[in-house]
Amino acid sequence: MKNKLSFRSLFILLMALGLLPGALTAKDVTLLNVSYDPTRELYEDFNKAFAKHWEAKTGEKLSVKQSHGGSGKQARGVIDGLQADVVTLALAYDIDAIAERGKSLPKDWQKRLPNNSSPYTSTIVFLVRKGNPKGIKDWNDLIKPGVSVITPNPKTSGGARWNYLAAYGYELKRTGDAAKARDFLKALFKNVPVLDTGARGATTTFVQRGIGDVLIAWENEAILAIKELGKGEFELVAPSISILAEPPVTVVDRVVKKRGTEVVAKAYLDYLYTEAGQEIAAIHYYRPRLESVAAKHASSFPSIKLLTIDGDFGGWAAAHAAHFSEGAVFDQIYQSGK
Amino acid sequence: MAGNVKSSARTSRDANAKSQRGTEESPFIKWLLVSIAMIFTIVFLLLPLVNVFAQAFSKGWSGYLTALSDPDTMSAIKLTLLVAAISVPLNVVFGLAAAWCIAKFNFRGKPLLITLIDLPFSVSPVVAGLMFVVMFGLQGYFGPWLDSRDIKIIFAVPGIVLATVFITFPFVARELIPVMQATGSDQEEAALSLGASGWKTFWYVTLPSVKWGLLYGVILCNARAMGEFGAVSIVSGHITGQTDTMPLRVEKLYQEYNATAAFAVASLLALLALFTLGIKTFLEWKQERDFERAQHALPEPDPIAPSSNP
Repeated sequence: MKNKLSFRSLFILLMALGLLPGALTAKDVTLLNVSYDPTRELYEDFNKAFAKHWEAKTGEKLSVKQSHGGSGKQARGVIDGLQADVVTLALAYDIDAIAERGKSLPKDWQKRLPNNSSPYTSTIVFLVRKGNPKGIKDWNDLIKPGVSVITPNPKTSGGARWNYLAAYGYELKRTGDAAKARDFLKALFKNVPVLDTGARGATTTFVQRGIGDVLIAWENEAILAIKELGKGEFELVAPSISILAEPPVTVVDRVVKKRGTEVVAKAYLDYLYTEAGQEIAAIHYYRPRLESVAAKHASSFPSIKLLTIDGDFGGWAAAHAAHFSEGAVFDQIYQSGK
Repeated sequence: MAGNVKSSARTSRDANAKSQRGTEESPFIKWLLVSIAMIFTIVFLLLPLVNVFAQAFSKGWSGYLTALSDPDTMSAIKLTLLVAAISVPLNVVFGLAAAWCIAKFNFRGKPLLITLIDLPFSVSPVVAGLMFVVMFGLQGYFGPWLDSRDIKIIFAVPGIVLATVFITFPFVARELIPVMQATGSDQEEAALSLGASGWKTFWYVTLPSVKWGLLYGVILCNARAMGEFGAVSIVSGHITGQTDTMPLRVEKLYQEYNATAAFAVASLLALLALFTLGIKTFLEWKQERDFERAQHALPEPDPIAPSSNP
């Protein structure tokens, strides 16, 4: 009797297998936006606004799914087959990789949308603890002995690559000597106790786990931490020089063609450029491109002298080859620095 | 007879106490060691566990329930249950088959099979996850073929199930092999010689003799299937409300600065762990009791002892 019972329950459990395909084929109009780490709050708001806009326009019910992680890691996922209709990553190089290795979109993707396909920009700033106990004012304060610096891993995180290039650019502009800039970075990474894989992980390390004296962070991430987390526990420090970070967006052609979501995916990205979309970006501390919205929020953002990736580093392909590819500058300084 | 047993137990306990007294440390050392062990257990095991619940309930019951009823969290809980509901039965079948052939038969390549069963224990979960990406990813061996037929494995539910099945593979088999080896094949041979079919022998002789070991294996397998992080994290794609399991959801909520909700989900996993421990302790107690009963029953079969427990 007992045996029969256990046999039956086993049988029922096995039947659960038969239910699997049914559970998988349930479908509605969805978009998958594969994004980088700190955009969680931005796209949560934006997705709601766009879904409302889209339903009013077409009557279609739309749900936008999100996936977040280090920009490089996310690009790797899309290359390996993560079905992203749109990607909104931290830097153009990661989308280039999807175009090149994944062959999922044309190589001139960045020309398809205005402003280098970057509907909002940001920059790199410092977040320090209340009262700035280590007196950090500029990049050269980060290499002082005894200062613990938190930044994610440039190999996996887009934000970390912007951090790295901003520091490099600062020293290069100051001395005009590439070797000195390299030594500067070596000294800086000696002060880094832990490399997280993504910007959000680094922020969590600094804010919630209380490690480090200064966090090199996206401006939007730093302001978010100040406003939403520990009120009065952190302060933003704007360095004398930083970099104009342009997080680009694009449609993944291979996926939208297959899923038949070309129109809605394109409309989704176009909506980022509208006044409504720009306003949402600004509320989440991304610098809007649209003059009218930018003027309205000008007081939220410190004015910093900004280098550009194309003007000062010869574009992402060159910067990546020189600094972040296998065996390039970052590998050399990080290994020998240990 | 019962009195006999008791008195003999007492004498053996006295003998034990006497023999220990010779090697016993001073009370100070004894208490020092005991308190060190206790402090370790409290600081490293009990406090974190209590903290999980304290954090989860930091906004009270309503905060706890609101956190759990979030649609994305609900979908993570459902996905975890679905993954366990698929991978545990699969592993029961695999585990029974593997343990059966290892314990009851001799064949060439048996040591290789035993080693292979242990492979998921020795491989890092991250490597296990990457293995599936290399197999089924778009740049992998079967990726383009699957893609052209619109079959999704990686970054979808099947990939998560595959990774979980791989990681939990040894649990059932590992629990069953020693039990099956200990019972030997005499009873099966007797059943077969009396004319029972192979299936009948399996259902009425083999399965009852290993049922507690099997249940234990299932419980452990289930705990790991629900709690696995590394391998699942690689193949999941982290799509909120779609491919997040409970452990992945905990990480995501924590990174979204929603500590209460993160700990609320974590508390469910902790409850699962406590439940698993409870069942494990019960099964061990029960096995010991059955064993003792069987031993007492040996010289003079006790009519009260249930005969179904060999």
